[in-house]
Amino acid sequence: MIVEAILLTIITASTPLVLAAIGELVCERAGVLNLGVEGMMVMGAVGAFTAAHATGSPWIGMMAGMITGAVFSLLFGFLTLTLVANQVATGLALTILGQGLSAMIGEGLVGRPGVKMPSLDIPVLSDIPVIGPLLFDQDIFFYLSIAIVAGVSWFLFKTRRGLVLRSVGDNHASAHALGINVIGIRYLAVMFGGACAGLAGAQLSLVYTPQWSENMAAGRGWIALALVVFASWRPLGVLVGGYLFGAVTIGQLHAQAFGIAVPSQFLSALPYVVTVLVLVIISQNRRMTLINTPASLGKSFVPDR
Amino acid sequence: MKTLNFALAASAAIIAGLYATGASAQEDVKACFVYVGSATDGGWTQAHDIARQELEATLDIETAYIENVPEGPDAERAIERMARSGCTIVFTTSFGFMEPTLKVAAKYPDVKFEHATGFKTADNVATYNSRFYEGRYISGVIAGSISESGIGGYIGSFPIPEVVMGIDAFQLGAQSVNPDFKTKVVWANTWFDPGREADAAKALIDQGVDVLAQHTDTTAPMQIAAERGIKAFGQASDMIEAGPETQLTAIIDTWAPYYIKRVEAVQNGTWESEQSWDGLKDGILTMAPYTNMPDDVKKLAEETEAKIISGELKPFTGPVTLQDGTPWLAEGEEADDGTLLGLNVLVEGVEGSLPKSE
Repeated sequence: MIVEAILLTIITASTPLVLAAIGELVCERAGVLNLGVEGMMVMGAVGAFTAAHATGSPWIGMMAGMITGAVFSLLFGFLTLTLVANQVATGLALTILGQGLSAMIGEGLVGRPGVKMPSLDIPVLSDIPVIGPLLFDQDIFFYLSIAIVAGVSWFLFKTRRGLVLRSVGDNHASAHALGINVIGIRYLAVMFGGACAGLAGAQLSLVYTPQWSENMAAGRGWIALALVVFASWRPLGVLVGGYLFGAVTIGQLHAQAFGIAVPSQFLSALPYVVTVLVLVIISQNRRMTLINTPASLGKSFVPDR
Repeated sequence: MKTLNFALAASAAIIAGLYATGASAQEDVKACFVYVGSATDGGWTQAHDIARQELEATLDIETAYIENVPEGPDAERAIERMARSGCTIVFTTSFGFMEPTLKVAAKYPDVKFEHATGFKTADNVATYNSRFYEGRYISGVIAGSISESGIGGYIGSFPIPEVVMGIDAFQLGAQSVNPDFKTKVVWANTWFDPGREADAAKALIDQGVDVLAQHTDTTAPMQIAAERGIKAFGQASDMIEAGPETQLTAIIDTWAPYYIKRVEAVQNGTWESEQSWDGLKDGILTMAPYTNMPDDVKKLAEETEAKIISGELKPFTGPVTLQDGTPWLAEGEEADDGTLLGLNVLVEGVEGSLPKSE
């Protein structure tokens, strides 16, 4: 029973990480490094909460969260793609702006009761012991996260448009020479990343803790960024990494409650330690790292230059 | 470069001088506040800001505040800005503001400073704190009375004396009605992360806890408790909205009486540096209404509160044994304030380890 309970909590904890990371992965595959994930997430969270609170519908909240994230990412797109601002600096600014703006928007909503997204009980399948409640009695965000990872994986590696997107990330000059609209594709990728981060934020304020409080993303956007590198830009890696991270986070809390005598600061740091360790292991294999890193990542593109 | 520095220093001196004359020209008291969080955070800082508003309304004086001041080098500039802008008394409301407050106070001997939860004073720096543990002892009494599993959960933030004091007081309160009571502790290592606090609450509930206390600032644990159908205690503010059928009571910080008292002292010219540590009897700490519990438990809680207020009951009175079985307080022995303010031991019945800070 307790194992099942732990697994259920892990799923809830991992879903926002997977959602935000898969969006950033697509963005980075198109050659754009958006460090504003945390800001987009917290904007998505406040957008989703505000809409759900006003209408009473978590579904409208979810849509609002997604749209807020996408629209907010357009600001980043405009600055970095059209005005060719530095991506790293703009991304950091986006996070700071998002945190301040969301706090301002949500000021009157602190402590207000939220609207919880119901779980979708799939008949028959959800009655299977252990697996049933885990896989077939979850909220929409869980199903969406799996579907998006599968969809992105298929899109990037099995479709022509996916190939085009990757070519833009790997060598924007050549892609441009072939007549591909580099800036247009990057805009779409940035917006996709924003929408996914917004969804992740919506999950926080509608499922994880149905409430609004300032800075409620609490660093999860940064973890999502690390996950993309951790996954070496592969969708399946994002899924595995997201769940590993969620498992370590939840596991350390249970270890404490079981009274396992390990310093809690160490246990709290464990997810980050694991990330660093895996990054070290991955970077040992230089060939693999080089193959997967989008070669134009973080570089601005000006067509006429 | 040298001339530029000189020019800057000179203009700064002139500006400071202007401010100083401005301050001495007006007789009225201006009370200023430096907050670590936002004034509407729903927890710690909001409690201070509510008190500030009450102070302003009661004494009809001017107040000002700066919010979201990070603990660290920036704090000194924020505090100094307050000191220079004509404030008569400056309240700095976070533990990490202690050193910056002292530094600025040394430069502005005519301004009074009050630092919340610190332990260092100066001629113009006083400290103030609240005996939160008194409320946590009452919470423990309630938890011990209503828990069926006999296991309470406690979400800790950081292993600092104030938090450790709360855990111990909770366990001692629970023990006083149920000697076999256990308190499971999980450290969230954060003051403010709704997600992590919710995860900690879930972990504790999954392990058989049926009453939950928290020393972190969001209402997330209260929400999870409500969702899972167990009872819980609020922290810093009344969290009844988050769990109308869940909250048993909450510890509420009510700083207004203290702020009014201290500003009046400045007005009367009787202000002196001191270390204030008031509790339930001074009204600085109040309990939210006792709800969602049987009448006899409510009565017991009210009696306990009355005994603490009258001084008949001191939560940290022996016999108290430590977690590892060694005796700590002998029969009838009371822990003094110095011991409590540096407390770093867990008492018997608390499950979970105390991370050693060093």
